[in-house]
Formats: sequence, structure tokens, C-alpha cells
Amino acid sequence: MEPSEGKGSTEGVQKPTPASATRPEPVEVSKEETVAEKPAKTAEVKTEKAQPTPRPKRKPSDIDVEKKVENTKEDMPVVEKITVGHVHLSGCTGCLVSFADNYEGLFKILDDYADLVYALTLVDVRHIPEMDVALVEGSVCLQDKSSVEEIKEAREKAKIVVALGGCAAYGNITRFCRGGQWNQPQMESYVPINELIDVDLYIPGCAPTPQQIRNVCIMAYLLLKGTDEQKELAGAYLKPLMDLAQRGDEACGCDLMYDVINQGLCMGCGSCAAACPVRAVSMEYGKPNIDRDLCIKCGACYAQCPRSFFNFDVMNEFEGISELIKGVME
Amino acid sequence: MVLGNYKSVVAARSTDNEILKGAQDGGIVTQLFAYALEEGIIDGAIVAGPSDEPWKPEPVIATSKAELLAARGTRYTLSPNISLLKEATRSYGLDRIGIVGTPCQMQAVRKAQLYPIGMRDVPDKIALAIGIFCMENFPYQGLEAMVEDHCNVKLESVKKLDIGKGKFWAYTERGAVAQIPLKVTHKYEQPGCHVCLDYVSNLADVSTGSVGAPDGWSTVFVRTNAGEDAWSKAIGAGCFETKPIEEVKPGLDLVKKLATDKITKNQKTLEARATFGVGKGLRNPYI
Ligand SMILES: Cc1cc2nc3c(=O)[nH]c(=O)nc-3n(C[C@H](O)[C@H](O)[C@H](O)COP(=O)(O)OP(=O)(O)OC[C@H]3O[C@@H](n4cnc5c(N)ncnc54)[C@H](O)[C@@H]3O)c2cc1C
Ligand code: SF4
Ligand code: SF4
Ligand code: SF4
Repeated sequence: MEPSEGKGSTEGVQKPTPASATRPEPVEVSKEETVAEKPAKTAEVKTEKAQPTPRPKRKPSDIDVEKKVENTKEDMPVVEKITVGHVHLSGCTGCLVSFADNYEGLFKILDDYADLVYALTLVDVRHIPEMDVALVEGSVCLQDKSSVEEIKEAREKAKIVVALGGCAAYGNITRFCRGGQWNQPQMESYVPINELIDVDLYIPGCAPTPQQIRNVCIMAYLLLKGTDEQKELAGAYLKPLMDLAQRGDEACGCDLMYDVINQGLCMGCGSCAAACPVRAVSMEYGKPNIDRDLCIKCGACYAQCPRSFFNFDVMNEFEGISELIKGVME
Repeated sequence: MVLGNYKSVVAARSTDNEILKGAQDGGIVTQLFAYALEEGIIDGAIVAGPSDEPWKPEPVIATSKAELLAARGTRYTLSPNISLLKEATRSYGLDRIGIVGTPCQMQAVRKAQLYPIGMRDVPDKIALAIGIFCMENFPYQGLEAMVEDHCNVKLESVKKLDIGKGKFWAYTERGAVAQIPLKVTHKYEQPGCHVCLDYVSNLADVSTGSVGAPDGWSTVFVRTNAGEDAWSKAIGAGCFETKPIEEVKPGLDLVKKLATDKITKNQKTLEARATFGVGKGLRNPYI
């Protein structure tokens, strides 16, 4: 659709497709004194005219950030936290839920290691701020102007951009969209964020696991704020996930054939079958067999395969690293 | 270091005759899991169970000693034990998983813990990972050819398969013994084994194999805190008799030699892969 120039009535129509149905409305911050509030729910899309409401002079984001600093807990370690944001594009919020599924671990991360400075679902900040790490969930809809703007802005504002989950990294199920859905039938082109911006790190999977997100958060913290030794470990840990971001933005169970079996590398462990969220991989005589109709293109199987990457420098330290992760989460 | 990190190494065998009867070597794997199950160190163990084809293993989650016993012995073909790792925490609801596997499968377990990309809730639930030594493995049809075509024995009638003393052995139910030199079996090896850089399951909690120990005994490396905890309790409970590795023949030197041979050979394969084509190479998973 043609994005409307005005901030008034048509603004509300420009809203999410089913693929991004749970995505909260991004509210554009405008310099104008009065701006139409977008209807909060898609149900209200048919409203003839949104009610113009007076805006406060200060952006809500400014207020919120200040408040956060005041609220910093006293028993927090003296070290600085990193700032993390969750950028929600065309995804189902499953990635964010997965992050939250660290339960008390999430609070630990937010108390001691990371300030959540942006997350439309959880934080009352309406405009992408500067941040250390942007966790981007969902693919970009090319017909949704605000999504395109948002991903570009995330790249400008974040030191590290992480494609969180299959949709951001590989398109995942949004790859199958052909448009025609209500209430935005013209929205039909969904691309992994890598097609529009440079991405630093991939966390594949649908949904990505709470533990993998936790590990990346901890390692990102150590990389930015740790001792020299911790920086080195974190760098080594994150490298294969950074390499995945360079490898490309198309994923399929077929990768097990192209990049493992066809390369003479498969040893029949079955990690791929365990990793697949839709049971598209079964083991037949010790080798993966892919039901290609079932595959949703999340990239978990290949990334989990010990023969996609296996960094001995990190793996040999598995006991120490597992204890370190356990320790920082306590 | 070709033998990996370890806290101690001994020669050992189970004190349970029922376990020893069908075990491959000293019954270390079955005995240690049976003890761990009884003591609640694990809730269940992923092992290579029987299937409806002879000598073709099917990964199973054993939650009883009977199921562990049914999975005794080495099957020289692929048993994708890792395929059940996530399932064990879900359908089976295990909080403390035991798992046995080859060195590459121990690598898979550790990758699942450190990079749980598709392994939700698995990392904190690995209680006891027992690794076995492994020089190579074979696709099922390769094993079939080795046993039926080369040894001239029907797979159905085989009681035990073994690799030792430079030969591949097939023992039948009726007492016949067939053997072929390993150079005949090489061509049936799984290609993925030729880039494998681990012989003695360096990443396991406890790892074990026949090499180094006398017939009917096993060499056992205790590697991690979890491994040491389970092993020392099992020793305390009288599950195993042990001998210092220095006092047995052929001893650790042979283990070291075979590990070095394997790693050196496969390092060369990796190097050759790097220049396999003309100005093009094959992928190296380790860089
Ligand atoms: C393919 C292969 C190659 C091996 N190569 C060597 C070698 O070169 N040198 C050496 O010393 N030892 C080797 N072993 C290990 C050895 O054969 C014994 O498995 C080991 O000593 C354990 O014997 P045990 O009596 O303690 O175990 P048991 O009590 O007999 O239990 C064996 C356990 O291993 C599991 N198992 C059997 N087959 C497989 C399989 N294919 N994949 C995963 N798990 C399996 C069983 O389910 C069982 O739980 C190899 C094993 C395999 C599977
Ligand atoms: S995960 Fe294991 S079985 Fe699957 S492709 Fe990789 S090596 Fe083969
Ligand atoms: S086969 Fe399964 S794990 Fe692999 S990309 Fe497809 S859906 Fe994802
Ligand atoms: S040789 Fe290595 S890759 Fe092959 S089965 Fe044994 S441990 Fe796995």
C-alpha cells in the first residue's frame, strides 16, 4: 500500500498482517504539536478518524530512560550493565516469550547484566534508542514502511544487531507468505533482516531456546564489559554465531544434505532430528531424512549439527563454561 | 592432548555377572547406568536398544535395568542416540538424563549444552554422559556386507561382534568364529569418521573402551566432576572391581598410540580436503 503522508485517519489502516498480528503498534514520534494516536487494536482499524490527542513535549522514551536509571537496584554489582533492545518486526512474539521463559533468569539478567531499553511489549519506550545489542525478532515486510524504517534505525542505533530466531535470520515461515491475507492483502514480501542491513549474529530456531538467548546475553555482556580473559572467551563463543550471519540468509533441512552429507561430514549423531521443532527430520539408517514439505526453514538443524561448526577451543572448556553460566545466573 | 582431560584412569569391570554376560567388555556402561538409575543420579538413559532388524540399533530411553540389559553390547553401526535428547526431557519428562555415545556423540551433547539452538531445556539436564572409545563406524549396509559377504555368517545368527587385535570378529550362537582383517573393512567406514579428531570421548563425563585393558576388562577415564561423583559412589557401592592401569597389559601406552594414530590420520584427511578440488576445497567444520 502507499504509505499515507498524514498522521490522521489512514494511519490506522496501515496495520499488521496476520504474520505480525501480535506486534504492538509502532507509534511514530513526530515533531508536530498534535499527532493522531494510532488505534491500539486492529479491531479499531475501521474507525473513521483517530482522535487527535495532545502530546507531551517530552518524548515518553526520555522519561522512561531517566526513570530506569533512578530505579537501579542498590545491590547491583558495580560493573555497568549493557543495554539491550527487542525490535519486533514480522514475528509471532514467540522469540520474546522464549527470552522471558528464562523465568527468574530473566530477572537476573535484567537486574545485573542488561537494561532492557526498548521492547514494545514490555517497556514503555516508543522510539528506538541507542543500545548495545538489538535483538531483532521477525522478518521485514517490504510493504510495511515503518518496519523498513525500524530495521534501518536499529542498525544505526545498535552496536550489535542480533537476528533473534528463524524469521529474522532466515525468513522462517514468513517465507511462505504470498499476500492475500486479511487485513493487509497487499503485504506479501517478507525478507530476513540480512537482506536490508548487515547483521552481526544469528540465533536460529523457531522458537530460539531460552538457554541460547541467555548464553548470548551473558557472552555479549562479557564481551563488552568483562575482563580480558572473559572477552576472549566470549569472542570465541560468539564467533560461530557471527559466522552463521555471514553464511547466508536461506535455511532449510536441505542444508543437512548440501553442507553436511554432500560434504562427507555426517556421522549420524541425530542432533538435527532432535533440534527440528516440527519433526521434519527423521533418522533412517543413521542419516537424516528430511520431509521437505514439513520444513519451515528455521535453521536449527544445521546450526545444531556438530559438523556445521565445532570450535574445540570453546567446547573443550564445556565444564568451566557451564559452571560460569550457572554461576552468573545465581 | 590426545587423551583429553581426565582426573583418573583405571582398568575395571562390573561385579554383576548378569551384566557381564551380555556386555561388550567390562560392562562399564550398563553397570554405571544401572547404579545411577537406582541411586537417582539419573532418571533414565539414552542407549542403543534393539530394533526389528538384526544388529541394527534403535535409540531408546531406558528407565529400568531390564531395558539397560537389552541394550548391552556394541553394534558397529549408527545409533543416533542424540535424536532422543530433547524428547527425553519432554515425552519422558526426564530431569536428569544419562546418555551413552561415541566420541562424536559426546561432542554433540556438549554442543547441545553450550549452543542449545534447537535443544530447549536440555543444557541443564545432562546428568551423566558416558562416552565409548571409537576408531570408526559403519553404515548398516556396510556392516551387513562385512558380516554376511566377508565373514560368510548370517547377521541373525551372530551373538557378538568385536574389533580387536587388528581384526573384525563375528561369533555365532552356535560357537563358530569368523574373522577378517581390518583392511577389508576400511572401505565400508562411514566417511564422516575420517574427519573425527577424538578417539577416547574426551568430552564425556566418564569414558570407556576395551583398548588398554585385558580381555573382559575395560579402560575407564573419569573426566568431570559429575563423572567423578557417580564413579566414586559406584565404586563405594561395590559395583566395580578395579586395577591400577599401570599394572595391566597392554596398558595406557596402547590407548595413547591408537589415539595418536587416529588423530594424525584424520588431521591429514582434513588437510587433503582443504585442497580437494582445483583451487577449491571441502568444508572444515572445526574452523
Ligand atoms: C562403533 C564403535 C566403535 C568402537 N571402537 C572401539 C575401539 O576402537 N576401541 C575400544 O576400545 N572400544 C571401542 N568401542 C567401544 C567398545 O566396543 C564398547 O562399546 C565399550 O568398551 C563399552 O563396553 P561395556 O562392556 O562397558 O558396555 P556395555 O555394558 O556392553 O554397554 C555398551 C553400551 O553402548 C551402547 N552402544 C552400543 N552400540 C552403540 C552405538 N553404535 N552407538 C552408541 N551407543 C552404542 C549400548 O546401548 C550400551 O549401552 C567402540 C564402540 C562402538 C559403538
Ligand atoms: S546433526 Fe548429526 S546426524 Fe544430523 S547431519 Fe549433523 S552429523 Fe549428521
Ligand atoms: S528441517 Fe526442521 S530444523 Fe531444519 S530448517 Fe527445517 S524446520 Fe528448521
Ligand atoms: S570415528 Fe568419530 S565420527 Fe566416527 S563414529 Fe566414531 S566417534 Fe563418531
